[in-house]
Amino acid sequence: MAAEKRGFVSVDVAECKGCGLCVEACPVECLELEAGLNAYGVHPAHYTGAGCTGCGICFYDCPEPGAIEVMKIREAVHAPAHQG
Amino acid sequence: MLSKSDVFYDRYERKAELQHQTHYCPGCGHGIAHKLLAEAIHDLGAKDSTIFVSPVGCSVFAYYYFDVGNVQAAHGRTPAVATALKRSCPGSLVIGYQGDGDLAAIGTAEILHAANRGEAISIFFVNNAIYGMTGGQMAPTTLVGQTSTTTPWGRRPANEGYPIHVAELLATLEAPAYIERVSLHDGKNIMKARKAIRKALDIQRAGAGFTFVEILSPCPTIWKMTPVEAQRWVEEKLLPVFPLGILRDRRPAIAADGGPPRKPMAEVLGLTRDAAGAIPASGAGAAVQPVTVKVAGFGGQGVLLLGQMLAEIGLREGMEVSWLPSYGPEMRSGSAHCHVCIAGERIGSPLISNPDVLIAMNELSLRKFAPHVRAGGLILYNQDALPAGFDAAAARVVCVPASRIADDLGAARAANAVLLGALQAETATFGAEVALSVLVAAIRNPSLHELNRKAFQAGRSFAAERTAAA
Ligand code: SF4
Ligand code: SF4
Ligand code: SF4
Repeated sequence: MAAEKRGFVSVDVAECKGCGLCVEACPVECLELEAGLNAYGVHPAHYTGAGCTGCGICFYDCPEPGAIEVMKIREAVHAPAHQG
Repeated sequence: MLSKSDVFYDRYERKAELQHQTHYCPGCGHGIAHKLLAEAIHDLGAKDSTIFVSPVGCSVFAYYYFDVGNVQAAHGRTPAVATALKRSCPGSLVIGYQGDGDLAAIGTAEILHAANRGEAISIFFVNNAIYGMTGGQMAPTTLVGQTSTTTPWGRRPANEGYPIHVAELLATLEAPAYIERVSLHDGKNIMKARKAIRKALDIQRAGAGFTFVEILSPCPTIWKMTPVEAQRWVEEKLLPVFPLGILRDRRPAIAADGGPPRKPMAEVLGLTRDAAGAIPASGAGAAVQPVTVKVAGFGGQGVLLLGQMLAEIGLREGMEVSWLPSYGPEMRSGSAHCHVCIAGERIGSPLISNPDVLIAMNELSLRKFAPHVRAGGLILYNQDALPAGFDAAAARVVCVPASRIADDLGAARAANAVLLGALQAETATFGAEVALSVLVAAIRNPSLHELNRKAFQAGRSFAAERTAAA
């Protein structure tokens, strides 16, 4: 299974405070702060689109309870694809 | 999937806008600590049995975030409040959450004594070495040389002393079960903090004693750093002064003498009713009816004592009772009042908004409290007649000139005994015999017993004659 299939992360732009801790923490550097501003007036984080391993580090480093979500894609989900 | 815990409210109704964001500054460690706590509470399945005590400081609004039982404590008092909650609700998970100003400055006594008593509570101590909420004054944990608004030259031991190491201090005590210091400066340490928080709650669950986790936490705003710089500062500056690790991890060997005897209060006070010494079961005292009474008057009129006597009458008959005096300067002079509850079941609040009975020793109290007496209730007023223009509203008013009767007997102070007698005769709430024995027991000076007996009987006769005449 390819590494980029292991996880997916989504940032709630409206709740992100743009602190950048998730960007700093991500071991595979797949997060960045957007150039634009959110309604709060800060540069929110966003997923660059590939490479997330679903490790969850960004989730635990983020101080906002609802700003960031990590989906771990379990191997079982992909098992049929491998069989096929 | 990792997402917002259901232990957080969906919306934080603190203000109209931004109901999905905490009030913490970007990059503040409180948000991370909250997240770890919420997750631990969820995973323990303890959402419905948790009581969270919020402090004063930046985390003062924690109760807007955690969808659990919430209590807000006064400055520094979190461990004391948590103690009360845990002792009255032993089955619940009681969490105290405090910053360094709250815990290590004004609340030093509370944390020390709660830890020393080995209260089975968990205290999470967020240490960011500064007063965040109030703009950055020196905290007890501020580092030597660290500038703050009150140490603009940097903290100097010769003037401000050294930083207090709270975890180490508490670890000198016998009773705590678990003490650890963790940090939020990077992902690895956040996961260690996560584990420590869970462990503290687990140990509390197991009833093994006091648990304490000190959490080194970034405060980018007051430190005037970016969130990322603030994490680095925790690692480079705080860690050498506040080393991480477990300082205590054992079940304290507290002598198993069982503590004070668990006996009904009536028994402890020696208030056995029958010759066999049996204590009537709660609410079994058919001789006493449940009633709520407010006694109000001028300080020195025996207002509080009359209330106490009523409560004791209930107590002797095996009822649940409470007596709540008004506090403050009233105790010295001026007006005083007290609330008495006599109930067949446990009393939720000793505070009475709408009493069944008001005993008003003077006109001021009559005017102030009469409107609150419940419809169909009774007011005993210490005068020959009602004041002009007074509307008794929904309650029945009986004027008992108790002070005058007591004066005639020779002591104005016995007015409360007259009123006790009048209340006994006016209502079927309690028996004359038990009231008399309580009255005599309450008056220390034996030379006044006879006078008070007479006053009590005079009150009864007054009410009885009134009824007969009606
Ligand atoms: S889950 Fe891990 S890999 Fe994925 S974005 Fe977060 S930190 Fe990066
Ligand atoms: S850590 Fe959270 S609040 Fe900070 S930038 Fe990332 S998603 Fe936004
Ligand atoms: S002042 Fe410091 S501790 Fe308080 S909310 Fe802001 S960053 Fe957090």
